[in-house]
Amino acid sequence: MRINEILELTEARLVAGDPDSLINIEHAFSSDLMSDVLTLDNHHIILITGLANVQLIRTVEMADLPVVLLCRNKTATPEMIDLANENGTILLETPFSIFRVSGILYSNGLKPVF
Amino acid sequence: MITMDIQFEIKGGDFNQAGKASSKIKNRLKQLDIDPSIIKRVVVAAYEAELNVVAHAYHGIMTALFEPDFITVTITDSGPGIENIEQAMQAGFSTASGKVREMGFGAGMGLPNIKKNTDELKIESKVGEGTTLFFKIYY
Repeated sequence: MRINEILELTEARLVAGDPDSLINIEHAFSSDLMSDVLTLDNHHIILITGLANVQLIRTVEMADLPVVLLCRNKTATPEMIDLANENGTILLETPFSIFRVSGILYSNGLKPVF
Repeated sequence: MITMDIQFEIKGGDFNQAGKASSKIKNRLKQLDIDPSIIKRVVVAAYEAELNVVAHAYHGIMTALFEPDFITVTITDSGPGIENIEQAMQAGFSTASGKVREMGFGAGMGLPNIKKNTDELKIESKVGEGTTLFFKIYY
């Protein structure tokens, strides 16, 4: 699934990263626990989360996750946006809940990690 | 490839800086054109260890040694130390503060995750003095 499709389906807006990225996302993982995110082995994952802090962006950098979707109207801080741009992380914000976003993306073909 | 050695300082309690040392290791491994799945194992282990220093210790030094066929990372901290290393290695065991947990960490998965990602792991600790964690990963 391309970034523009995720933006459209979740009514999200892009706050960092390349809007024209051709990256193809295959899996999604929903979590507020960064300890769990650090145990993922898959690639091309979108992280769906309600956690909005700098450590979120550091964690996805280390875990090699290319896209993060902040849910329930959480907004990224300027520090988060700067770090995401520095690392090439695509950062999105949606007004939808984690449950709603997960349902939409699952029913449109994204696979669970396990 | 020649052997290279880089060293970073880690400040206890400074979560805004947590990850900077591991990020530099990641960039260096990318420059060396190491396989991305190996890079991920190294930086996840380094980041977990860095977070442990930030969450529990007062001060730490991370030293990464880039050898032709492998990398070693040593993190030495001054801090409270680990009373029972065997217990600390068990998934789910945690002494992390509420502040650490609010940030999405402290679930007792750091040391088991370091073990999972590394080829060799050694931990030595003295209560009241500090901890040294060493790991090695082959390319």
